[in-house]
Amino acid sequence: MSMTTRDFWQTEPHHHEEGASTNIGFWVYLMSDCLMFAVLFATFGVLHGNYAAGPGPKDLFDLKLVAVNTAMLLLSSITYGFAMLAMMQDNRAGTLRWLGITLVFGLCFLGIELYEFRHMIHEGAGPQRSAFLSAFFTLVGTHGLHVTFGSVWLVTLMVQVSKHGLIAANRRRLMCLSLFWHFLDVIWIGVFTLVYLLGMI
Amino acid sequence: MAIPANVETTFLLGRLNWDAIPKEPIVIATFVVVAVGGIAMLAALTRYRLWGYLWREWFTSVDHKKIGIMYMILGLIMFVRGFADAIMMRLQQAMAFNGSEGYLNAHHYDQIFTAHGVIMIFFVAMPFVTGLMNYIVPLQIGARDVSFPFLNNFSFWMTVGGAVIVMASLFVGEFAQTGWLAFPPLSGLSYSPWVGVDYYIWGLQVAGVGTTLSGINLLVTILKMRAPGMTMMRMPVFTWTSFCTNILIVASFPVLTATLVLLTLDRYVGTNFFTNDLGGNSMMYINLIWIWGHPEVYILILPLFGVFSEVTSTFSGKKLFGYTSMVYATVCITILSYVVWLHHFFTMGSGASVNSFFGITTMIISIPTGAKIFNWLFTMYQGRLRFELPLMWTIAFMLTFVVGGMTGVLLAVPPADFVLHNSLFLVAHFHNVIIGGVLFGIFAAINFWWPKAFGYKLDVFWGKVSFWFWVIGFWAAFMPLYILGLMGVTRRMRVFDDPGLQIWFVIAGFGAVLIACGIAAMFVQFGVSIWRRDRNRDLTGDPWDGRTLEWATSSPPAAYNFAFTPVVRGLDAWAEIKAHGAARPEAAHLPIHMPRNTGAGVILAALSTICGMALIWYIWWLAALSFVALIATAIAHSFNYHRDYHIPADEVRRTEETRSRLLAQGA
Repeated sequence: MSMTTRDFWQTEPHHHEEGASTNIGFWVYLMSDCLMFAVLFATFGVLHGNYAAGPGPKDLFDLKLVAVNTAMLLLSSITYGFAMLAMMQDNRAGTLRWLGITLVFGLCFLGIELYEFRHMIHEGAGPQRSAFLSAFFTLVGTHGLHVTFGSVWLVTLMVQVSKHGLIAANRRRLMCLSLFWHFLDVIWIGVFTLVYLLGMI
Repeated sequence: MAIPANVETTFLLGRLNWDAIPKEPIVIATFVVVAVGGIAMLAALTRYRLWGYLWREWFTSVDHKKIGIMYMILGLIMFVRGFADAIMMRLQQAMAFNGSEGYLNAHHYDQIFTAHGVIMIFFVAMPFVTGLMNYIVPLQIGARDVSFPFLNNFSFWMTVGGAVIVMASLFVGEFAQTGWLAFPPLSGLSYSPWVGVDYYIWGLQVAGVGTTLSGINLLVTILKMRAPGMTMMRMPVFTWTSFCTNILIVASFPVLTATLVLLTLDRYVGTNFFTNDLGGNSMMYINLIWIWGHPEVYILILPLFGVFSEVTSTFSGKKLFGYTSMVYATVCITILSYVVWLHHFFTMGSGASVNSFFGITTMIISIPTGAKIFNWLFTMYQGRLRFELPLMWTIAFMLTFVVGGMTGVLLAVPPADFVLHNSLFLVAHFHNVIIGGVLFGIFAAINFWWPKAFGYKLDVFWGKVSFWFWVIGFWAAFMPLYILGLMGVTRRMRVFDDPGLQIWFVIAGFGAVLIACGIAAMFVQFGVSIWRRDRNRDLTGDPWDGRTLEWATSSPPAAYNFAFTPVVRGLDAWAEIKAHGAARPEAAHLPIHMPRNTGAGVILAALSTICGMALIWYIWWLAALSFVALIATAIAHSFNYHRDYHIPADEVRRTEETRSRLLAQGA
């Protein structure tokens, strides 16, 4: 076996794909975020029956409202998907349009959630009332906070896409936000099932 | 010391006022020393016009090597602080007998043991480990930097921000008096009403962001940036253990973050997660925090297992014995570290079945760990041993760590734990493994890789002085604690009634003095080595006849690490390249694509630190303002699309020609 210097060193020019690690890096971040939600879900699981003689889910939740809210978030995921399809067809205007619609659905979701929170606090069922309510507000509120940051990010990206177009860096960013947005959908399905549906049984 | 309860808050300064400044002589004297030293340093930096240099070349640098060195410096500085706490505790406990109250009041003493633990774990061990991984991993895998260089800089400064917050508590307000994990209900608002626990929370949260992001960064770096031909089973063992460590960081630090958020809500919003009333459950905190806490101890030790592997194989002049089993042992420990957390509170009362499960899983961990010890021993067996400092630390580690490991297995037996729980036996055990494992490993690593980072070896004489003081000092300081623990002495005691115990505390205190000499000798070693650097100069870049790729480049390496990317054809890639006489490729140099420095990381971390301080002191307007500024800066930074540049081929050629000349000179 005779190997020479050439076998041990890359002496020819080779191309590194720009941002090749971003996708997997963002996935790993999402998994770490998922773990934070896991802690909040587990906490809710432990404390969900600790009403401290206060109101429980059946006194507080309005499933119809939550269903509408869920629809808002799921629709926003679909429209984000359309934005990505437009991006793949190099359609800047289409991408921006669908991102705008996504933002509207996201803001509707947040609005309804805030209305629900306000209503509960108004009825004396704030996060301080019982451990159950502490866990409820924290889990649902953390999800809402994520949607808020996602919306800020969405606006930022809309500005950047309209400024620089669908360049590689912006496509990568849209891809990351897409993962983030769908991830929040998945978390919400967990919230809807475990907090609202199971609570109403 | 009166803790100001129900302090009036003002709009401008929140609950910060003149009463918040501690008036104790010890604290004031420390403050004066720190202030004078700090002013002298700032004056010197200004006098020698070093600010611009530091800002351009270091603070804003995205070079993984410089960030690694800055992490090590942070670790060293905080180590001095953490050790000052340790020696104060040893002195107090050696004094407080026969009716003496010692020299520390309860409020001060409780802060000291809390700060000692927090600082040593989060701001000494973590920066050391992260710094090592940052410096070595990209070099070992033949990469030019990490996957996300800006994020790396930002992570470092967040760690610094956390350290600044914790250090500020010494001079403004107070630190937590809860022990290093701040268990509720003690850490709740009813029992810890003032700023101590808030300093703890925000210090850890700011630093925790940095740790998590750096974990993601290094994990992705190892996955995506390896040189061609370096399959997973050809990665150096240090890279493997770093890989597992970063998996643990990414999969456990979010738990710490979330748990601290819940504690924060209890303190700031009035929720009832861990309170005694309205349905709260404080044992949930203890479960959650140890779900992070146990993986954390493996985050600390695994990289050092990697260091010991590199050192034994290099200084035995042969391949590591049982590479494959070493990798599998590391992976097993990684997985098992998630299923043992309950052994930290067997006395909670989970019942025999649960305790047995966690006792058994804990004991199982000693199997892969034992396998590692045998692998190192068999690597040394029939090797050509060179007793250089890194190997000396490794042998000291093996002897010390085995004892610490065995007392760990003792503690893993639930009935025994009911006796030993919360005793000085436990304190002796974890210092036995953390000092004997993590710190000795750090010292082995510093002595091993210093020549790579700076181009000259460390002084051997002062290294040996430090070594012997440290090793003997460690045994003298902690063996008495095992004995005291067996006699039933609990941890965190400030005064003692039984005069028969005093002699053991005096011996432990003497041990601490020996360790202090070891630390002093280490600083002398650094100073002497820098002073006489021309005597120990290494021009080859490979002073120990190393086996892995970090030794294939110059010392210190050029900004781009490797002029040509190495191609890996087996384990111990550099040893193989040398065996084939293929060390220096002759070819036309190409321009090298590199990330650009940026100050955004410093600014973002500074804003986070300000936000944390504002929240601690209830200065709401400042908290809101700095938070908005934080988001705005982050968004503004995302509008910067020009984050890289090319080092021209000419410059690469010139650098490499200089190196060729030096190599010829050294040969």
